[in-house]
Amino acid sequence: MFFQKEIETMPRKELERLQLERLRHQVDYCARNVPFYAKRLAEAGVTAEKIKTLSDVKYIPLTTKADIRDNYPYGLFAVPMKQIVRIHASSGTTGKPTVVGYTRNDLDNWSDCVARLIRAVGVDDGDIAQVSFGYGLFTGALGLHYGLEKVGCAVIPVSSGNTEKQAMLLKDFGTTVLISTPSYAMYMSEVAKGMGITRDELKLRIGLFGSEGCTDALRDKIEQGFGLFSTDNYGMSELMGPGVSGECHLRCGLHVNEDHFLPEIIDPETGEPRERGESGELVVTTLTKEGIPLLRYRTKDLTRLNYEPCACGRTFARMDKVRGRSDDMLKIRGVNVFPSQIESVIAAINGIAPHYELILTRQNYTDYLEVRVELTDASLLENYAALDGLRQTVVAKLQTVLGIKAKVTLAAPSSLKRYEGKAKRIIDKRNETPD
Amino acid sequence: MAIKQVSIFVENKPGTLVSITDAIGAAGVDIRAMSIADTQDFGILRLIVSDAEKTKQAVREIGCVVSITEVVAVAVSDRPGALNDVMHVLSENGVNIEYMYAFLTSRGHNAYVVLRVADNDKAAEILASKGVKLVSEEDIANL
Repeated sequence: MFFQKEIETMPRKELERLQLERLRHQVDYCARNVPFYAKRLAEAGVTAEKIKTLSDVKYIPLTTKADIRDNYPYGLFAVPMKQIVRIHASSGTTGKPTVVGYTRNDLDNWSDCVARLIRAVGVDDGDIAQVSFGYGLFTGALGLHYGLEKVGCAVIPVSSGNTEKQAMLLKDFGTTVLISTPSYAMYMSEVAKGMGITRDELKLRIGLFGSEGCTDALRDKIEQGFGLFSTDNYGMSELMGPGVSGECHLRCGLHVNEDHFLPEIIDPETGEPRERGESGELVVTTLTKEGIPLLRYRTKDLTRLNYEPCACGRTFARMDKVRGRSDDMLKIRGVNVFPSQIESVIAAINGIAPHYELILTRQNYTDYLEVRVELTDASLLENYAALDGLRQTVVAKLQTVLGIKAKVTLAAPSSLKRYEGKAKRIIDKRNETPD
Repeated sequence: MAIKQVSIFVENKPGTLVSITDAIGAAGVDIRAMSIADTQDFGILRLIVSDAEKTKQAVREIGCVVSITEVVAVAVSDRPGALNDVMHVLSENGVNIEYMYAFLTSRGHNAYVVLRVADNDKAAEILASKGVKLVSEEDIANL
């Protein structure tokens, strides 16, 4: 199940030769067309000629999100607006959004990349695909949309929101492929169930979930709820959007589209390259982008790269599911905690829903973590001991995984906020509460 | 002889109880007795009502976790020492009480005591054999 089999299964030697050639071209292209890079590269003394092997990429200075923001809106564009045919921007949670532009070739390459991950799980032109990502500046919806069309699916551009209608369409339109964030898929399955829609009435067979991390435990719950098989895909608007990497049907890592992206792993603290196979922050150099090429872009996502060929036949490096963004990592009483760890614990416990909220507070210079979960098992109302036992179980399991003790609060079902896009489950009040 | 008790999970925050009593009121159900105990964060509201199934339905519709369990209810005459007699019967027969609560009505000369025990049938049998008046589902509906 390939979209561009020759490229996706290219022998590594050949692939690396292609990458080197493209890398050198991209460096030269940036130096000639982006004043920001011309200056950076000159300062670092890097030219295309100096890059002899792929590992020489380490001499190129890193690019950060702040660099994109500092050049808001079009400062890093490498082509005149005449050649730009699409503009996207990432949700700017802090300050200005980061703006990206695409040439016609960029859009074509993008939809190729997305089409690969769509085909890799067996979706084909007979499928009916419901895109429940929000359409707009966000790259998720249109990225998948164009890839799905390229594969030949019948695309339903429903966008996010109006969840009851989403559930109705799933059933009435005979949707076979669902595209959404994992948290929204979870919510949609609850709503569908509440409307009396059973799994048997749905034709759903595949879920393409992305735009936020998803633990295996949450994935299992979604798959059970809808009776489908799902894969994870990865990307970010700065690099292109979804399609940087994606799982195949074997689900043993996300294949990076290495003909378009050169991935590296660095130490997030020092910025130094890490050995092959070690985990750290993912850094990506775009190899074919024309609109806004990026050299060694720091993704802030923590993962690991595996260069062993996959049993599916693809030779592209596989990245582990993103363990968390270095930005998302919480330091609680000096301990590093990833929300994904908490999610994996909660989704695996029976009697509570796989939704949660983390509340961080500080009292007397000490951090406190409160985890709010929803009770679903009515049989525990028999007595307090049973309810409290459930609470204690959650406390104990969290402590095993996190290494710190959290306060666990049971909340009523459906009382925690649901998300139609990326979930925001963390409420950090540590800087609000005066000591 | 056991009667139905409705147990509802309630979060310890303003507005939770009123949403439940609103729902029960709208369903046209009479609340005969209630008990609520809490921990710091949550409580369990226990109700004896004129229609347990209807209550469960109404409360579930507003998104609560709710269950129906069976409990034993006895009528105790409204005089000093009457409850003590019942307690003696249970104690002497080794019946352990997990929790209990009581209520009065405007009619009659009885107080009613709701008992949660491990084995309802056994407790009912013991109580009946000692002449304690058990309350049926029908009695509750007609109170």
